[in-house]
Amino acid sequence: MGNEQALELITAKFGESISHEIDAHGLLNLTVSPDQLVDLVAFLRDDETLAMGFLTTLCGIHYPFNKGAELGVVYHIHSLENNYRIRIKVFVPIEKPHVPTLTGLFASANWQERETFDFYGILFDGHPDLRRILNMDEMTYHPLRKEYPLEDTTREDKADRFFGR
Amino acid sequence: MTKIAEAPEGITGAGFFATSLDKVIGLARANSIWPLPFATSCCGIEFMATMGSNYDLARFGSERLSFSPRQADLLMVMGTIAKKMAPVVRQVYDQMAEPKWVLAVGACASSGGIFDTYSVLQGIDNVVPVDVYVPGCPPRPEQIIDGVMRIQDLIKNEPLRRRHSQEYQELLESYNIK
Repeated sequence: MGNEQALELITAKFGESISHEIDAHGLLNLTVSPDQLVDLVAFLRDDETLAMGFLTTLCGIHYPFNKGAELGVVYHIHSLENNYRIRIKVFVPIEKPHVPTLTGLFASANWQERETFDFYGILFDGHPDLRRILNMDEMTYHPLRKEYPLEDTTREDKADRFFGR
Repeated sequence: MTKIAEAPEGITGAGFFATSLDKVIGLARANSIWPLPFATSCCGIEFMATMGSNYDLARFGSERLSFSPRQADLLMVMGTIAKKMAPVVRQVYDQMAEPKWVLAVGACASSGGIFDTYSVLQGIDNVVPVDVYVPGCPPRPEQIIDGVMRIQDLIKNEPLRRRHSQEYQELLESYNIK
């Protein structure tokens, strides 16, 4: 299995609507709109040639200056049979961060989507139990978004002025 | 002959030795501290060295670790405490019987250390009152022993009425204890 063969199969199914590029490490990147995501991942999983049955990882990312597509979710999907993987990216506006859930296809997406929601506030539509998983339940914000300071803002003895900043 | 502990100040005569009750109880308590190790990271590894034969905390009467808070005298918090873990530290402290002391070992337990971040408690004195802070990242076993000796000093010199005093009650109230 190589990038050409995989791209051929994907283009035969979805046409040219999915943009793609091959990164410096030879990994095929697909950028799709949120409404194409579930169909694409289901195809990758169920196609007999591709047989990509393993959702390796799923994480969020925040590009504050990428207007209209500030928040992203990145999926890595792996084929254990072919030792081949693909990266899929989905971008959504920060005002309406809705991405469809993959829990219907991969049970492992459950906790990973909860983590992504916890840190970035991305709402996974259709998720069975979308609540915080790592941070305190009382936390009122999504700490890995760039608009929030990394430091604990409740204390004063570590203020910048003590460090000449 | 090995001297076990210094005798407190008192009056010695033929067949008797008189001193104050505070001092006798302080002496007994200070030399039989049962520590509860609450070790979460590298300071806990240093504590293992402290307990080991090279440094040997047993010399200070503290070889008996109490893994149940009910029997512990000294809560030793060693390592980074995440905010999510703060209620656990608090619960362990609540479960300890009076008199009890708290030793914050290392920069993280004392102040959050290098982890100036949204997920880390910036010092355990936000949730429980601390008696002695040990600096270091992580502190060497000598420093941990020094911290335990400072706790011993506190115990030896603590008046028996201290835990009933207005000041102590106010301290507990400021932490919302009881």
